Amino acid sequence: MKKINYSILALLGLVMVFTSCNDSGKKSSNGALASNNAEKVYVAPGEQDEFYAFMSGGYSGNLTVYGLPSGRMFKEIPVFSQFPTSGYGYSEETKPMLNTSFGFVPWDDSHHPDISQTNGELDGRWIFINGNNTPRIARISLSTFETEEIIELPNSAGNHSSSFITENTEYVVAGTRFSVPVPQRDMPINEYKGNFKGALSFVSVDPEDGRLDLKFQIMMPGFNYDLSHPGRGKSHGWFFFTTYNTEEANSLLEVNASQNDKDFIAAINWKKIEEYVNNGGGTKMPANYAHNVYSDETHTATSTMEKEVLTVDPTKVPGAVYFLPTPKSPHGCDVDPTGNYIIGNGKLSADLTVHSFDKMLAAIDGKKFDGEAYGIPILKFDDVLAGTVKSGGLGPLHTEFDGKGNAYTTFFISSEVVKWKLGTWEVIDRKPTYYSVGHLMIPGGNSAKPFGKYVVAMNKITKDRYLPTGPELEHSAQLYDITGDKMELIYDFPTHGEPHYAAGIPAEILAPKSQKIYKLAENKHPMATLGVNDARVERKGNEVHVYMAMIRSHFTPDNIEGIKVGDKVYFHITNHEQDFDVPHGFAMIGANNSELLIMPGQTKSLVWEPKEVGVWPFYCTDFCSALHQEMQGYVRVSPANSNIDLSWSLGE
Amino acid sequence: MKIVLKSTAILFSLLMLSCGGKEEKKKEGFSVKQKKATTEKVAEVPVATEAKASERIDLVNKGVGPIKSVTLNETVDEAMAAEGKEVYDQMCLACHRIGKKFIGPAPNGVLERRTPEWVMNMILNPQEMVTKDPLAKDLLAEFNGSPMANQGLTEEQARAILEYFRSL
Repeated sequence: MKKINYSILALLGLVMVFTSCNDSGKKSSNGALASNNAEKVYVAPGEQDEFYAFMSGGYSGNLTVYGLPSGRMFKEIPVFSQFPTSGYGYSEETKPMLNTSFGFVPWDDSHHPDISQTNGELDGRWIFINGNNTPRIARISLSTFETEEIIELPNSAGNHSSSFITENTEYVVAGTRFSVPVPQRDMPINEYKGNFKGALSFVSVDPEDGRLDLKFQIMMPGFNYDLSHPGRGKSHGWFFFTTYNTEEANSLLEVNASQNDKDFIAAINWKKIEEYVNNGGGTKMPANYAHNVYSDETHTATSTMEKEVLTVDPTKVPGAVYFLPTPKSPHGCDVDPTGNYIIGNGKLSADLTVHSFDKMLAAIDGKKFDGEAYGIPILKFDDVLAGTVKSGGLGPLHTEFDGKGNAYTTFFISSEVVKWKLGTWEVIDRKPTYYSVGHLMIPGGNSAKPFGKYVVAMNKITKDRYLPTGPELEHSAQLYDITGDKMELIYDFPTHGEPHYAAGIPAEILAPKSQKIYKLAENKHPMATLGVNDARVERKGNEVHVYMAMIRSHFTPDNIEGIKVGDKVYFHITNHEQDFDVPHGFAMIGANNSELLIMPGQTKSLVWEPKEVGVWPFYCTDFCSALHQEMQGYVRVSPANSNIDLSWSLGE
Repeated sequence: MKIVLKSTAILFSLLMLSCGGKEEKKKEGFSVKQKKATTEKVAEVPVATEAKASERIDLVNKGVGPIKSVTLNETVDEAMAAEGKEVYDQMCLACHRIGKKFIGPAPNGVLERRTPEWVMNMILNPQEMVTKDPLAKDLLAEFNGSPMANQGLTEEQARAILEYFRSL
């Protein structure tokens, strides 16, 4: 980033002192402030951003990568949705990634990305994100920036209080928003109460390769589990979930789920449950869920249907689960960097409720209970409460931390970010957002070590922030500088899809290990064409397999004859480039799927079913060299009954 | 002025090659195109008088890149050459065929025209070579602007490929 000219800063400081004398002056000083702010967000041509920001795509089902402070978008990583740009979910290799117990599901609603941690600090190995609609958790490599694994969650529905990780990435945790009959069965909806269950899933993460495994599910009462965060530091080993609809209403929740003055934050001692499970506790129940793993050696995903899940009845593990009463249908559930404070944002309230972990332990010790719910002890509100933030705002949703003793909370209804002090609960500053902010993000802001330089507010409503683009708009995000006492709005940029949450990390952690190519020598794809001498076309009945290689700027082979109407043609294409940023594309006229975008050293396969006799072209879609327009070829398609032999060539 | 001459030459060769492309269609019997193929053969003569970069001999220039000096033994190291062939077949063969001009020149006899250092630098550092080395620049023009890809080989692999070239 461009260094700030200090004399200009000093001058601006003076200007600010003068203009802040009257309130109306503040608005007119926008011009001067704006030029100062312009320097703060200006990343000069050729220079790079200070932070990566990974924003969930919401209804795009994907994950987008931005730079901060510039707000420039670098990449959209396909996760739960088919992505014709690269062929993800269309290529033969990646179709299994979107397999579920419901069959092939080409879309989802992605919500909460979380970066892996070691000792509570971001380690930048993987990023996880949840599919909300068809409950799934994905693991994305932060060296290839590709989705490597997706695991489906049985007994879940509306996988919303996910996908948050524990302090050492022992688990990625996922809670169900909708409670459902477990196991699923045909029953009257209005018999919900007392019969439905809310599953909290603990998916273990292999410390070496990140491989996911659904270790156990805690079968909680049939509330809605909204959001969650791990304990850290002293509270490591615990996990906290907000709940709403403790009324267990099954209809008109807008009214019926707001009857109780207080819902709960569920405090789960997962270490205790892990120990219980490791000692043979829990009940195995039949299940059916997909576990999809992508290998960047074979460039291929496999999907396995898992048939069993270990469930835990929380009442069978004494001391493992407690309810902390929390007012007004709490939404966000955030834990401060020290691990002592658990903040519940009662979305129908003006205030924030802060629970103390220390007080919670003392209340458990002293058996300060206020009854129980389905056998789970409810702790006395006053005995766990650390304090209340009287904000004066409306509709608090989410809180992040700057690591300097401050917390920042979004207020949806009053459209603002409020900065307040941990411990004294006093409000220090508030700044408007445009408009109706949902989540906010400080890089590392939900870890033991936040990087408290910027906060990004992710808004639900855009209205007039940008040039209008018809009824449908991208969402708006605002960037605030939080290095001073007061927050300063310094930038505004549109974001793709609907980012529900984001995870940020300093570029210096990720950039050096970002992978440049896939090594051809390490390509273990069974259909790879590793040398052009292996390029060939083979027929197996009406299946034709084209083993093709590509390099600037030709395909080997580029003339293929002997294909017939009714054939199913598999193009297995290997990019022979070994240089950074030389992808090639492949597009076949009339293909009913997508293109392929193939990275150096990678192999991808596309199916094409020719329907008409003729000579049909294919070409490279990624401008690869001065001779890119020459990178093309033809397939001759003959009638089904023709006896033209299969042949292929290049330059003959 | 030189630049104008050079670019005219490139233009000519481009014209030639594009006509060459149409020659394939001649085999399929489009008589209209055949005529053009004939004019192309005439056009070939003036270009031939220019010294083609691929035929130029320069046994001094070491090129631009990491390789400053290579010592060649009297006899070809067959094991190293075999290793080189293996890498070559995977990484280079798509563009460089043995014994015939393809996307790029054939490697046969390259050491009669180039220093071993030049060859290895061209393999290891092609982007810089085609911008800074005059000969590599001319080759890029002669071969239609088709870039020499950097295949990310190690020096050992490039050295083995050089040995393979010696065995051809």
